[in-house]
Amino acid sequence: MQANHDLKPVSEFIPEQAPERHIIEMNPKKHEIALSTHNLQVYYSKKLALSEGDLAFERFKITSLIGASGSGKSTFLRSLNRMNDGVATVNGQIMYRGLDINSKDIDVFEMRRHIGMVFQKPNPFAKSIYDNITFALTQRGHYSKDQLDEIVETSLKQAALWDQVKDELHKSALALSGGQAQRLVIARALALKPDILLLDEPSSALDPISSARFEDTLLELKEHYTIIIVTHNMQQAARISDYTAFFHLGKAIEYDLTRKIFTRPKVALTNDYISGNFG
Amino acid sequence: MNAKTSDKIATAIIYVITATVAIILVAMLAFILVRGVPHLSWHFLTSPARSFEAGGGIGIQLFNSFYLLILAMLISFPIALGAAIYLNEYAPKAAWVGVIRTAIEILSSLPSVVVGLFGFLLFVVQFKFGFSILSGAVALTIFNLPLLTRSIETSLAQIPDLQRQAGAALGLSRWETVIHVILPAAVPSIVTGVILSSGRVFGEAAALIYTAGQSAPALNFTDWNPFNISSPLSPMRPAETLAVHIWKINSEGIMPDVTLVSAGASAVLIIVVLIFNVSARRIGAHLYKRLTSS
Amino acid sequence: MGDQMDRITTYLLRRSESTRKDNYGKAISIAALALIGIVVVLIFAFVFTKGIATFTTNKVNLWKFLTGTTWNPSVVDPKTKLPYVGALPMIAGSFLVTLLAAAVATPFAIGTAVFMTEIQPRRGARLMQPVIELLVGIPSVVYGFIGLTVVVPFLRSIFGGSGFGILAGTIVLFVMILPTITSMTVDTLRSVPRHYRESALAIGATRWQMISKVVLRAATPGILTAVVFGMARAFGEALAVQMVIGNAALMPTSLTTPASTLTSILTMGIGNTVMGSLQNNVLWSLAMILLLMSLVFNLIIRWIGRKGELK
Repeated sequence: MQANHDLKPVSEFIPEQAPERHIIEMNPKKHEIALSTHNLQVYYSKKLALSEGDLAFERFKITSLIGASGSGKSTFLRSLNRMNDGVATVNGQIMYRGLDINSKDIDVFEMRRHIGMVFQKPNPFAKSIYDNITFALTQRGHYSKDQLDEIVETSLKQAALWDQVKDELHKSALALSGGQAQRLVIARALALKPDILLLDEPSSALDPISSARFEDTLLELKEHYTIIIVTHNMQQAARISDYTAFFHLGKAIEYDLTRKIFTRPKVALTNDYISGNFG
Repeated sequence: MNAKTSDKIATAIIYVITATVAIILVAMLAFILVRGVPHLSWHFLTSPARSFEAGGGIGIQLFNSFYLLILAMLISFPIALGAAIYLNEYAPKAAWVGVIRTAIEILSSLPSVVVGLFGFLLFVVQFKFGFSILSGAVALTIFNLPLLTRSIETSLAQIPDLQRQAGAALGLSRWETVIHVILPAAVPSIVTGVILSSGRVFGEAAALIYTAGQSAPALNFTDWNPFNISSPLSPMRPAETLAVHIWKINSEGIMPDVTLVSAGASAVLIIVVLIFNVSARRIGAHLYKRLTSS
Repeated sequence: MGDQMDRITTYLLRRSESTRKDNYGKAISIAALALIGIVVVLIFAFVFTKGIATFTTNKVNLWKFLTGTTWNPSVVDPKTKLPYVGALPMIAGSFLVTLLAAAVATPFAIGTAVFMTEIQPRRGARLMQPVIELLVGIPSVVYGFIGLTVVVPFLRSIFGGSGFGILAGTIVLFVMILPTITSMTVDTLRSVPRHYRESALAIGATRWQMISKVVLRAATPGILTAVVFGMARAFGEALAVQMVIGNAALMPTSLTTPASTLTSILTMGIGNTVMGSLQNNVLWSLAMILLLMSLVFNLIIRWIGRKGELK
């Protein structure tokens, strides 16, 4: 890949001496930071899979993580709510509300209620639509029927699924279409009222129409949630996100405002990737 | 001989072999059913056995078989379930897990007579339970545990990891996910496994002859207090089962109608096992349909 | 807002209900697993302590026990002052019925499995699958009963004598282990990749050439495993064999005269001897041999598995 990029003509936007890395620093006074990583390293059975600089994610914004397959963006995302526990070793810090989520004192299950995750393949439980949404809530707290009804309605509305399923809430969630199932999974995550939503290629299994509607939903959700999304679809990243991080070979190479990344990237490699020269 | 001729001959031989296997089964079933079914009557199924004269039944043995089966299942299911959950959901890739897996494999290949002898040594002699329902139920449990554990583990493994990830991403612990998501989804195949292993347990005799014993004292079917020794529910009474009865009367029986009683008892045994086998899949499929369509 | 932040931080640092449940679940499930492990250890410990007593307490010579051909533990040899405890007749009987049953069952099992996977993979398999499952399901005492009422009289009418013996045991065990070997062989044959078959047929091989030279060869480790599984089952089977073999603790001289196996003498004897006596201890030594053999079968299966992987 390195050789490949040497041969390609570099876009006119790139200055002569392109830096190898460019990561924006967030000013905590100007930007409210929801989550940040410091010296993060992830090992799969002693093999370093990810080693990236310090990234900070602004509250109530959408941040896209882009990069080729195997660039480490999914590994990075899955570290953010410790879904890599037991699979990989994570070094460094992930700070959330002033706490390192990898610390021994943190209750991992409680943490994941505040930092939710949605996967590439829709994975509704083999339960009714209603129970899919209320299940995690009722496991940990006592809610009245009215409260639950209200939460179900609100989260389904937020996920733009309410109108389609409001009359069949007690039918099996397995009967839903791919797009509907993914919305249900989002609604299920929203029901817990998380701070942060991590999305791992959430619309890659959806058809273009569902995918477009899905993007609209994300833009609405941004008002109340901090969203970090891994996507292979560069147009999607450009359309919906405020910030974009480009990952390459286990490192975050460039992290900046989306409009900057897609118009005048500072690193040559980023430019090659977004102009389709590799990946 | 050219290749085409040998191909034809080989194919013919394979057909003959397969037909032979099918005929063996059909002949055995026909033999047992044709001989045994005419002997079946309400009287035969409900009255006690006789040692010296003709006309005895299998009532007590039949009751004992079901009672032991239920007890053995009640003891072995929770243990097998727990072990299967640990193996499939929690077990780290550690050496000791491999050792335990090997131990379970060895247990499943132990001759059932050895399991019975162990039960005899530990429960009948050491713990002084005597030849009893209790000793028999524990021996059957040991006999049943390895296969049931493996069958439940396979059922759990069939549930996609996506479901576990979904639970984890919602802040549920693995235990909550297993109990409320994985297990319900695995119920159809677990039920199939449980019923199939019931058939195996129901027909087992070698593990029982020195644990539950080879005698079937008269029971008082009006006394359901488990603490009375003549109560059918008493766990401390000796309890010859149907399968043990067939072995016993053929080895040392002296009543004149040994063959008829054995054929009748064998027919009952086979019919029950057949019912278990057929219903296992039917019930499993039915549960699966209900689970996915509700 | 600040209050809420603080509340979440406190929750994060507190042990949640989920953690509590998870620890509890992990504990009870590992306890269940440990229980099974303990049972296995106990079985070995008990049977070995009892089985070794013959050699430690009763001072029987291990070699004489394994190679002696006279079994009559209640009678003392006037010359050596030791009881007759030669276990070779039973050991030989067990091995004979096991090997013979496996030798007869293997071609039948392979034939049937080939039929189900290669010759008639759809209709044939649908027909034979229940046959195999039913054969597995029939309890062993029923096999013994059929052996006693059909096989033994039949052999008696052909070969004379009582009809009991190694041959009767072999026939009963053959039918008992046939479904085990067949179903495992079917699984192995199904796992042979389709392109093996296609490339054999593409170079003009007949179906039988394809089956014998390619499919069966590729499946050999799996078939061997199946056969060893069948042998382990035959070796440990007690009641069905005991009902038809005649239970005479004599060195087998012919296939149609009464003989015995480890399991048959064990089941006959345990109830008729006094715990702790030499007559009883030697029976436990037989049980110990059974245990060891089942370990050996396990090792062979593992060994074949490892060899098969290397190819």
